Amino acid sequence: MAEPGVIIIGAGPAGVRAAEELVAAGLQPTLIEEGRRDGGQIYRRQPDHFKREYTTLYGSEAARAADLHQSFDKLRARIDYRPETLAWNISEGHVHLVSEQRSSRLPYSALIICSGATDRLMPVPGWELAGTYSLGAAQIALKSQACAIGKRVVFMGSGPLLYLVAYQYMKAGAGVAAVLDTSRLRHRIAALPKLLARPAVLRLGMGYVSALRRAGVPVLNGIQPVAIDGDREDGVRKIVFHESSGAVREIECDAVAMGYHLRPETQLADLARCAFRFDAGTRQWFPDVSMEGRSSVAGVYLAGDGARILGAEGAENAGRLAALALLKDTGRSVDANRVASLLAAQEKMDRFRQGLVQAFPWPADQAAALTDDTIVCRCECITAGELRRVVRDMGAQEANRAKAFSRVGMGRCQGRYCGQAGAEVIAHACGVPLEQVGRLRGQGPVKPLSIHTIEEQA
Amino acid sequence: MSASPQADVLIIGGGIMGASTAFFLRKRGLSVILLERGLVGQQASGVNFGNVRRQGRILSQLPLSNRANEIWYKLKELLGEDAEFLPSGHLRCAYDSEREAVLEKYASECREWGLDLEMIGKAEIRKRYPWLGPEVIAGSLSPLDGHANPRLAAPAFGRAAARLGARIIENCEVLSLERDGLDFRAICADGREFRAPAMLVSSGAWGDRMSAQMGEPVTMAVRGPQMAVTEPMPYKIGPAIGVAVKVPEESLYFRQVKRGNIVFGGCGRGPASADTRRAYVLPQITLAQFRQMARLAPPVAKLNIIRVWSGIEGYMPDDLPVMGPSAKVPGLHYAFGFCGHGFQIGPGVGDVMAELIATGATSTPIEPFSIRRFSA
Repeated sequence: MAEPGVIIIGAGPAGVRAAEELVAAGLQPTLIEEGRRDGGQIYRRQPDHFKREYTTLYGSEAARAADLHQSFDKLRARIDYRPETLAWNISEGHVHLVSEQRSSRLPYSALIICSGATDRLMPVPGWELAGTYSLGAAQIALKSQACAIGKRVVFMGSGPLLYLVAYQYMKAGAGVAAVLDTSRLRHRIAALPKLLARPAVLRLGMGYVSALRRAGVPVLNGIQPVAIDGDREDGVRKIVFHESSGAVREIECDAVAMGYHLRPETQLADLARCAFRFDAGTRQWFPDVSMEGRSSVAGVYLAGDGARILGAEGAENAGRLAALALLKDTGRSVDANRVASLLAAQEKMDRFRQGLVQAFPWPADQAAALTDDTIVCRCECITAGELRRVVRDMGAQEANRAKAFSRVGMGRCQGRYCGQAGAEVIAHACGVPLEQVGRLRGQGPVKPLSIHTIEEQA
Repeated sequence: MSASPQADVLIIGGGIMGASTAFFLRKRGLSVILLERGLVGQQASGVNFGNVRRQGRILSQLPLSNRANEIWYKLKELLGEDAEFLPSGHLRCAYDSEREAVLEKYASECREWGLDLEMIGKAEIRKRYPWLGPEVIAGSLSPLDGHANPRLAAPAFGRAAARLGARIIENCEVLSLERDGLDFRAICADGREFRAPAMLVSSGAWGDRMSAQMGEPVTMAVRGPQMAVTEPMPYKIGPAIGVAVKVPEESLYFRQVKRGNIVFGGCGRGPASADTRRAYVLPQITLAQFRQMARLAPPVAKLNIIRVWSGIEGYMPDDLPVMGPSAKVPGLHYAFGFCGHGFQIGPGVGDVMAELIATGATSTPIEPFSIRRFSA
């Protein structure tokens, strides 16, 4: 059996920088990556034989992407790197891995979880139609495979990714039918002081918006989604929404990419038994983690968007900080000035994060207003009306209880898509604060696991 | 006006035992206060496999089990909902002739206890269930058994009891129990007190703590069932299925719910803590279940699992529950420690305990489960 070492899960910006710090200190960590290549979602590397330039792929972030990839390439021979490997469970001091349907377990002395984030979604009538994607999925199609999700795509939701992906689609020559933002201009104006914590990033974002407008793409603020319209055979046909004036408007399209900023991927932190805290600002639960990356469990560190949504640069800092915290906690000397300057940088990132939260608020009211026949849980096809029924008639006022009675969150996605909106529906239906509804407990496997999986004997 | 803290019967614990007893006591006209630390049916009653299985039980438990089975068939009529009870039958398989002989012996013995099983030989079992693995050489079918959704059953009893006037008090942790004159008194963490001249301790994996307070300590271990569920596939399996094996590490049982998912468990139990109220699925047991699934029903092994779960079950040293009147204190009753096989008999336990508490006797023999067997 292998000696327990340091395991890093996730080879995105946080994981790669954490590995780099540990290697510099003389350690040889194991780096687990679910995907085919390193870089994470944001700096996703294209498959072999794809020849697009860095500037084509990563735009303004080309230099950062190249730097991260080069750092990784230098590290690769000095770490135990395991791509296409899913950490499907954590139990009794071991990470359970699966790759090509073979499961093995690896003991750890310390764990750095860099599990990233996925789109935060709010149901809308018709979002189960073919042609509806999350913003992240729309971006992956483009980055990884150079595909667009449709010929006329509507981007709907709120948050920085909304404009970035729409802009990337436009630049790639895909048809952008409209960008529909539920947040209002006044939200963004009020957030400006905080957003100025990172003026260059703010300028970039504003640049995307004006580029879209210059290209004649309708970019609307303060909209309220009514429905995605279409049929089961042909999928999405149009989107119906209220303009900020209240007028009903329709836009024809064959695909919709939607999302309301991000939610952390926290299953692994949950399985590692980390404590969680409710973040009132974003109305979601995060692992309880210090800015240095220490979780509530000794030896378990969290970094990147899975711990605190600070974006790619913040994730790189967080990965370094978590590694430095680990080194310090294991009795190694760490440059205190470096830690201090990284922490100072993170404070700026966090101020900007707060600005984004204010500028692009999560539209909690939409959950309350969902019609009873709207599907909340796409995996199990459970409607808002059914969820409200178990709340009212069966007394289910807590997220896991409502899941047990209604099946919302019980399907293939394990609540990734429906959990947060479901909690809003529950809170509104029984008139309690969202925090009181709690959060869906994470259980293994982190992703669906084939029963054909064979256990490798250690 | 605040409700009275006094009732005819005080029930400590709202699992399926306590909730169904509350229901049947109301049917008999007795007033009931049920105190539940968390939510009704949240612990072992809610996380178990969901077998509504009589076959394979120790023979002395069959009268109780038969009485419960009749209630399962009337659930909708009694409660207004069926807790997804499917009278699908239950098939118990054997891999070798030695186990086949065990099934045959059981089938011949259980008949006089009112359970009719059909033995199915090698050719016939392959014809009826062609997706069973080649190692399966025989089975016994209990056509009137089935399965149900444990997440729904106990809460359904709780709500039905409440509709009949029982006071079901959730989020109310009992700190201590005592005898006070002619009454039992329960003192709760929030300072409330409740009293009744009769009391049922139906506290599941925490039953030993309660019985000890009443001067009847027992030895109980807590373990967690190891459950998993697949993504859905078209509904076609039919009966709930288990395999009779010599070693627990090879045990496996599965059922397909109407929605299409296949729920399975077996290959041993996992760690649980009564103190922290947490139980865990050991990944190595999940993987062991995969091996056994490939053996018992190879096509099912083509699916993915999407979730695992566990819960806290109380086990007695002799694998039999504690059920019946106290051996020491008149008016006190027990129904706990069901050793991982309480779900099917749950409604029967409620019916019998209500009868016992209301009339002082029951027509169903439960003497083998008396707490007396543990007194020094």
